[in-house]
Amino acid sequence: MNPEVIREYLPLYKEAFILTLRTGWIGILLAFAIGILVAFAIHFRVPVLSKIASVYVELFRNTPLLVQLFFIYFALPKIGLSIPAETCGAVGLGLLGGSYMAEGIRSGLDAVPVSQEESALALGLTKRQLFTYVVFPEAMSISIPAIVANVIFLLKETSVFSAISLMDLMFTAKDLIGLYYDTTEALVLLVVFYIIMLLPVSILGSIIEKRVRLRTLGG
Amino acid sequence: METILEIKNISKRYDDITVFEKISLTVKRGEVVVIVGPSGCGKSTLLRCINSLEDIQEGEILLDGVVINPTSKDLSQVREKIGMVFQSYDLFPHLTILQNLMLAPLKVKKADKKETKKEALELLDRVGLLSKKDSYPRQLSGGQKQRVAIVRALMMHPEILLFDEITAALDPEMVKEVLDVVLSLAREGRTMVIVTHEMQFARAAADRMVFIDGATIVEEGDAKEFFDDPKTDRLRKFLRSFSYD
Repeated sequence: MNPEVIREYLPLYKEAFILTLRTGWIGILLAFAIGILVAFAIHFRVPVLSKIASVYVELFRNTPLLVQLFFIYFALPKIGLSIPAETCGAVGLGLLGGSYMAEGIRSGLDAVPVSQEESALALGLTKRQLFTYVVFPEAMSISIPAIVANVIFLLKETSVFSAISLMDLMFTAKDLIGLYYDTTEALVLLVVFYIIMLLPVSILGSIIEKRVRLRTLGG
Repeated sequence: METILEIKNISKRYDDITVFEKISLTVKRGEVVVIVGPSGCGKSTLLRCINSLEDIQEGEILLDGVVINPTSKDLSQVREKIGMVFQSYDLFPHLTILQNLMLAPLKVKKADKKETKKEALELLDRVGLLSKKDSYPRQLSGGQKQRVAIVRALMMHPEILLFDEITAALDPEMVKEVLDVVLSLAREGRTMVIVTHEMQFARAAADRMVFIDGATIVEEGDAKEFFDDPKTDRLRKFLRSFSYD
């Protein structure tokens, strides 16, 4: 490994890192927002909306992100909807992630025992209060492991962004290898930056899971 | 004594199954009514009907002269007056014991936080669990959880308490610690309707006993008479099933 090469590559990777992180997290926030709405629609069996939500989940869970990105990036402009690559990446990630998040959050909502709701109602809580103070917080603590797993999965999925010529980490590595053939340096830096991006999420995730687990088991 | 709860000719059916038929029961203020009967006789369902967790197909239920039913607009206000404790405790697992106790008074009654906390601590102390105030429910034993559940119901200052087989899920050695709490509530004149399988406890706590079997009230009366001199064959047979001689 040539330290000179690494020093030269570093600024490029830093830039790609920031772009990957930004697009990734915007996508994840979007995924979370979509996930909550879709999970509510399905859990509460909202007429019409719950049907649409189910179709959405199946559609996006069962198609690869690459295909979804191609569709947004190459097919939408044909009907006059041209979206910049970075927005495409975030939206694509949000839509894919939304379907995963929705399932994670819905399973949490479904897992709260009916008896919990009854004991809250018996105390005089209204349906809204019951949801706000009992069902939702409990459901979220049940869903946390699934949500953390999804966040890690989605951050890794950003590597597909290179296919729509977004200058993310993966794109930068492939580009540099193609140009200069310094394969080892380029790949080592790629791995290092992905780990820098994901390790904190993973560690933070385990800490939150551990704190929450103490509360969820047994009522 | 004034009547607080009046159950008039209520019937409960699921499709083609009749849980009970034309049951009537009156509870006076300060009275402890204990309901017993074989498993599946509908005694728990009866309690659940009282605070409208189940709907009824016939008859009506009045609390302080006001009709209660699941479609009432002010259902949550009616439920405030009815404290209920369940077999499965159902403390809120994401809240500490103190938070469990304070949730309903603060959110439903908009009670003063300081005073609510003071009252919660006093009641916890009374059931011997002051040291657990900052624990989470899963760190407590079944008997401790159930004592907290009773306190949680008391925090709303209910006019009547419903206990639905509150010791059925407990290990035998924990049954007494819970029933002692209930007994002390009975002695301070709380109005209670209790469903239980603990006959010795029933005898100690009840002002009046009710025996439900085959979808109807078979026998009811003064506790002493009920146990020592049952009038019906069905009750005699039921009581015998609890003795070993």
